Amino acid sequence: MSDTTVAELSHEIEGSGQGRSLWQDARRRFLQNRAAVVSLIVMIIIALIAIFGPLFAAWNNEEVDWNVLGDIASMGGPSIENGHYFGVDELGRDLYARVVQGTQVSLMVGVIGSLIAVTFGTLYGATAGYVGGRTDNIMMRLVDILMSIPYMFVLILLLVVFGRSMWLLFVGIGLISWLEMSRIVRGQTLALKSKEYVEAALATGVKHRVIVTRHIIPNLMGIIVIYATLLVPQMILTESFISFLGLGVQEPNTSWGALISEGASTLQYGTYWQLVFPLAFFIVTLFCFFFIGDGLRDALDPKDR
Amino acid sequence: MTAFIIKRLLSAIPTLLILIIFSFLLMHSAPGGPFSSDRPLPPEVLANIEAKYHLDDPLPLQIWNYVVGVVTQFDFGPSFQYKDRTVNEIIGQGFPVTLTYGTISFVVAVVFGCALGMMAALKQNTWLDYLAVGISIGAQVLPNFVMAPILVLIFTLWLGWLPGGGWNGGAWPYLIMPVIALSTSFMASIARIMRSSLLEVMHSNFIRTARAKGLSSRDILFQHALKPAMLPVISYLGPTFVIMITGSVVIDLYFTTGGIGQAFVNSALNRDYSVMMGITILVGCLTIFFNLIVDILYAWIDPKIKL
Amino acid sequence: MSLLEVENLSVTFTTPDGHVRAVQDVSFSLGEQKTLAIVGESGSGKSQTAFSIMGLLAPNGQTSGSIKFDGTEILGMPEKELNAYRAAQIAMIFQDPMTSLNPYLRVSKQMAEVLMRHNGMSKTDAINDSIKMLDAVKIPDPARRVHMYPHEFSGGMRQRVMIAMALLCHPRLVIADEPTTALDVTVQAQIMDLLSDLQSDFGMSIVLITHDLGVVKGSCEETLVLYGGRVMETGPTDQMFAEPAHPYTRGLLKAVPRLGSTGAELATIPGNPPNMLRPPKGCAFSPRCGFANEQCKSAKPALEVFDAQRSRACHLTREQIA
Repeated sequence: MSDTTVAELSHEIEGSGQGRSLWQDARRRFLQNRAAVVSLIVMIIIALIAIFGPLFAAWNNEEVDWNVLGDIASMGGPSIENGHYFGVDELGRDLYARVVQGTQVSLMVGVIGSLIAVTFGTLYGATAGYVGGRTDNIMMRLVDILMSIPYMFVLILLLVVFGRSMWLLFVGIGLISWLEMSRIVRGQTLALKSKEYVEAALATGVKHRVIVTRHIIPNLMGIIVIYATLLVPQMILTESFISFLGLGVQEPNTSWGALISEGASTLQYGTYWQLVFPLAFFIVTLFCFFFIGDGLRDALDPKDR
Repeated sequence: MTAFIIKRLLSAIPTLLILIIFSFLLMHSAPGGPFSSDRPLPPEVLANIEAKYHLDDPLPLQIWNYVVGVVTQFDFGPSFQYKDRTVNEIIGQGFPVTLTYGTISFVVAVVFGCALGMMAALKQNTWLDYLAVGISIGAQVLPNFVMAPILVLIFTLWLGWLPGGGWNGGAWPYLIMPVIALSTSFMASIARIMRSSLLEVMHSNFIRTARAKGLSSRDILFQHALKPAMLPVISYLGPTFVIMITGSVVIDLYFTTGGIGQAFVNSALNRDYSVMMGITILVGCLTIFFNLIVDILYAWIDPKIKL
Repeated sequence: MSLLEVENLSVTFTTPDGHVRAVQDVSFSLGEQKTLAIVGESGSGKSQTAFSIMGLLAPNGQTSGSIKFDGTEILGMPEKELNAYRAAQIAMIFQDPMTSLNPYLRVSKQMAEVLMRHNGMSKTDAINDSIKMLDAVKIPDPARRVHMYPHEFSGGMRQRVMIAMALLCHPRLVIADEPTTALDVTVQAQIMDLLSDLQSDFGMSIVLITHDLGVVKGSCEETLVLYGGRVMETGPTDQMFAEPAHPYTRGLLKAVPRLGSTGAELATIPGNPPNMLRPPKGCAFSPRCGFANEQCKSAKPALEVFDAQRSRACHLTREQIA
């Protein structure tokens, strides 16, 4: 017991003495987390590959290399000479170009999907938590009801009925993940609402809009950032899952899930690179996001200090 | 207790109604309808078919009939694709398969996940802990659709020990890879949750009291710490069930086990809406049922919750 | 020979921010059926001293020195051997009865397991004994209440359960770590009365850990004042209260509210307890001490005996601080 008190005390003293803000403090803690920093660097490299990768491709992603098509197993492997750095896929297309394209799509799904989920979930949860009372009750009851719907099945149903557009996939994936977010944000808002400074602001007649923008939202930022980072890999996983089933992005577009699916189906012909390269990108990215998310949580969540 | 269960079952009704009506409307608004996609049929044939499937009834009546059929007889109607089979037959064929390997995977994930998490928590900051944490992090980025090909690569193509797919009545060589592929990531999640919750419990005041009473570490763990440490695991089991059913789609597809996942993907590719709806609603029912069981379990362990 | 003999006890915690010396060179002894009060603010090291005796320090805590119970060294004893002492010879009552009882187990289970483990009793016998003990701590209707869960008891009743649980095996030493802090004022007095009644019934020694000097007077023969992990003053309670020999003790005594002292403002000690990661170079109390001089700030005072039974750690003479 006493060592926590001591730690808290010393923290207080440090904090007040040098006037460090919460975010500066968080940045310092994040930078001390080696796994998170390395992950962040790797993640930036992967993002750069997604953006600038096509500039270095010797082949277009839709071009078929007729030279190797006849015997992909022995001639289609990774090679610097013929420009197929990652080899070719089963149709003789350059795998490097395909992986770059898949990286673009998968990262986009992750970012857009989690943006949608976070925005929607935050608005919903903050409203329910801040308004409280009956509204809160009804809104959260609705979340409970929606929680027991098997979303993946509904999403596939949606994709089948309305055709497999990429945007529907993005939005659909985003919309299935806002429920958890709304619960977390609501809980946090409720806790913030009962804080003394918010009650004081309310008692002195500060407008609701000001309280929300000045006190509630800034204090929610930490948890939103953490959750958004942890959502990105979930989104990528979901998209890959659907694409693996052949129900996601459609040719000529591709994503990691679709590439993994293709690579997995041709495994028995010895074209291991068709699985290894997209899989490596996929796994490394997921790892990075998990570590960055953990690092952010440790840096921003005051509970673990 | 009984009142609690009845209340929960009653509150499940709106959920299911929302699910049914939503899927029905979705299906109804599909561009072109289920029979106009492939080759154009003569209008009178189309009308006949639509009459057979009651697609010419007004929409509210169609929904009403469907809901009544589902609720009173658990009847999901005929398949749109296979003219001679009903949705119930298709589900009846695949469901026992899914249930078999699903249940086994579930048990494996819970037992091994809890054991791994406990070991890691009790030996915190030793190589055992790092190994367990490593495994659970690794398994997190190896979802079932990645596990499945890797397993096949190792056990079928390289070692030749296990058949690469099929069901064969659930004989054990056919079960091993589906179970591993399906359970690994859940095992990892459960291990992670168990580790952190047990660590938290072990640092709580009442465990200190138990130590001050001179109890053996075994008694402290099993008599005092395990119950509260299980609570977060149990509340995780509700969502797990849904994700596991979802994951079974990949297992069915990759290992051609023939469960409802396969039927679902087939019907999705064939636009066989009635089968898709039937499976979606069935999974919805199972989800609600399982959440109820989780709640009962939770209340049973935590004396502060009165049913 | 004393029942409990603590010599030069030091406790150091290794934290990511550095070493925290929570307890430094603390020595005291306690005879059979005697009561010792360890007094200090939060963070003064009083709880860590108690945990060292019970072997309950957090894993990052390291100890040095010696703790002898009935002549046997128990500091650093392996957990398995120590388990034979815990509850059977030395029992502990914890600060917060709300969280110190296991909320998921019935009281019957939590009490009976002590007797089953240490006295080898059957479950039925153990529960019957537990009921008797609950009766002894004046819990009404014990035969029915023993089968309840902790959350079905009020705070004061829960602390009575804790006390009953500690006394089950008739230990020779009971360590009470702020047993009344979490309770209402009226309940506090009841619990303290109960403890002294039980002491005369069962004949055990008590180490009472508290920050409340009001509780100490009249119930403890000896008092030890801790500050910043070090002993500031120790001696018979009556003498210390009549004539405090250390500026910190004086400050503490002035801060005790008294009945009848209307109008006068309650004195406080200015400042905060020291940051134990970077303790002051000299006397730990010097930053808050009104008498502190240069020597106080640069060198730690040694604990010196005076008046035969008393000792104090202060550079200044007793006349200087009077």
